[in-house]
Amino acid sequence: MNQNRSMFLLSSLVLGFAFLYIPILSMIVFSFNESKLVTVWGGFSVKWYGELLGNRQMLDAAWLSVRIAAVTATGAVVIGTMAGLALARFGQFRSRTVFSGMVTAPLVMPEVITGLSLLLLFVAFAPLPFVPDSRGFSTITIAHMTLTLSYVTVIVQSRLSTMDDSLEEAALDLGARPAKVFMLITLPIIAPAMVSGWLLAFTLSLDDLVIASFTAGPSTNTLPMMIFSTVRRGITPEINALATIMVAIVTLFVVIAGITMSRQEKRRQREMRAVAIGT
Amino acid sequence: MANPSYLALGTRIISGIDKLLSTVIASSPYRWSSGIVRRAGLTGRTLVIAVPWIWLLLFFLIPFVIVLKISFAETRWLGSPPYTPLLEWVSGQYLQIKLSVGNYLFLLSDSLYAKAFLSSVKVAAVSTIICLLIGYPMAYAIARAESKWRNTLLLLIILPFWTSFLLRVYAWMGLLSNRGVINQVLMALGFEPIVMLQTDFAMYIGIVYSYLPFMILPLYSNLEKHDLTLLEAAVDLGSRPFKAFLSITLPLSKPGVIAGSMLVFIPAVGEFVIPRLLGGTDSLMIGRVLWDEYFLNRNWPVASAVAIALLLVLVIPIMIFQRYQAQEAAGAMKS
Repeated sequence: MNQNRSMFLLSSLVLGFAFLYIPILSMIVFSFNESKLVTVWGGFSVKWYGELLGNRQMLDAAWLSVRIAAVTATGAVVIGTMAGLALARFGQFRSRTVFSGMVTAPLVMPEVITGLSLLLLFVAFAPLPFVPDSRGFSTITIAHMTLTLSYVTVIVQSRLSTMDDSLEEAALDLGARPAKVFMLITLPIIAPAMVSGWLLAFTLSLDDLVIASFTAGPSTNTLPMMIFSTVRRGITPEINALATIMVAIVTLFVVIAGITMSRQEKRRQREMRAVAIGT
Repeated sequence: MANPSYLALGTRIISGIDKLLSTVIASSPYRWSSGIVRRAGLTGRTLVIAVPWIWLLLFFLIPFVIVLKISFAETRWLGSPPYTPLLEWVSGQYLQIKLSVGNYLFLLSDSLYAKAFLSSVKVAAVSTIICLLIGYPMAYAIARAESKWRNTLLLLIILPFWTSFLLRVYAWMGLLSNRGVINQVLMALGFEPIVMLQTDFAMYIGIVYSYLPFMILPLYSNLEKHDLTLLEAAVDLGSRPFKAFLSITLPLSKPGVIAGSMLVFIPAVGEFVIPRLLGGTDSLMIGRVLWDEYFLNRNWPVASAVAIALLLVLVIPIMIFQRYQAQEAAGAMKS
């Protein structure tokens, strides 16, 4: 019985991971295919990487997307941390229900709704002063910040709520100013959450097609918009090469982050043991 | 302990910031202005709440009001913006309000929209159930795996989520197309090739594939917290393991099931990219209808009415999700 059960669990894991990874692996394999026919193997070649690097439009779009993602992530971390702090540490305040509702709604809101509503906002406010009259970098960034700050909020809030607030209270009792308590105690505690929030916001922004398409002006092209307009005409080896590069970068980052975190975890456990033994 | 040189550097930076803060706070302009600010009821605490509040008000709540407003406007084919104003000064005398329910009547009269709504809900519901059937055993297996493996397995679930969603959908085009990898394999084995791309089948695969991590992660974080002594007690008292699973683990994991299902179902109803790239040209998904209404037909009022109707369809699932989120946050605070 037990044997059957663990066989079932093991095979569901193996099949599940195969389902998750086979498409990605096939994309990587065919990016090194000599043939223009993407699915027929014609020998090993890196020529599609060369073509990709010579594609000026694609590179411009990628650079624009990276800039938007960097500004988005930074802004989302600042505002999202504030919201997470308010939800986790301020207890009950007026409008808390509405506030937490507004923070979590963008997590599940279909992108077409968010995109359309922000576009209509930008159009409606365009005649006002201080509003950019052409849609592009700034409007996409504002839209992406609105989407991603929810993710940062949830990450920061859950980090704070698993942490005891007795240190912060002790510091306040001893007369430290709230700003100082935040800098010296809270910030170091939530720093890892802020880093992962930044990375998540960056990735989500870099990846978004729908909201960017709605909020971009006619002359603005982000990387996903370029990919989409290429891909809907069919499969091309150049996109496979691009996908492989992106997968490689992400894997590198995630593996490095994973190793650093597990090392920190081990060190903390060693320290705890040392304290327990009394050395 | 952390590297001592980093620590020294950190202490230095912090004491620097502290000195700077003290200087600023001691200065008379600061004291003068903070006095005014405090009298106006603005404290640091208020500010921390106010900034995200104002941002969300401006860029989340007000946009919906505008969508609602435009959904009651009439389409104006020439002119910018391409809809009639709701409020109008008639010859400078009085304010006229023009509310038109024409767009909603149009949605009701053309059966295309009702069909699109129904088929979107159906596709999303079926995909959610498939995600649950695949995701539950995986989440369970990871939660019960040896602790040294757990983080690696979890990382493997999250990793595809960090790589581009658009490119992962595109990857299936290469696998499913008529001369794609799967058909090549079939033909090599002597079978007839199957038309898979641009069918509902491809669309289901795409949605399940893209949203599976959203099902697994909340399920895992729920299953991981279970107290295993309960299960042991049940087995010790003679319950069969499967019975124990049905009567203990499954009911306990209900919050995880609900959270995962909502995280899959709600965005899947409005999905655009997957039906556009993998589904057939006749696939009627409401996200696609809204996109075409805006980008192809340039009919902003009808697009807005579709968005409001979609929101009405999703309002109950969204509220269920939010209640779960609030409970989760409250539970984490208590423990």
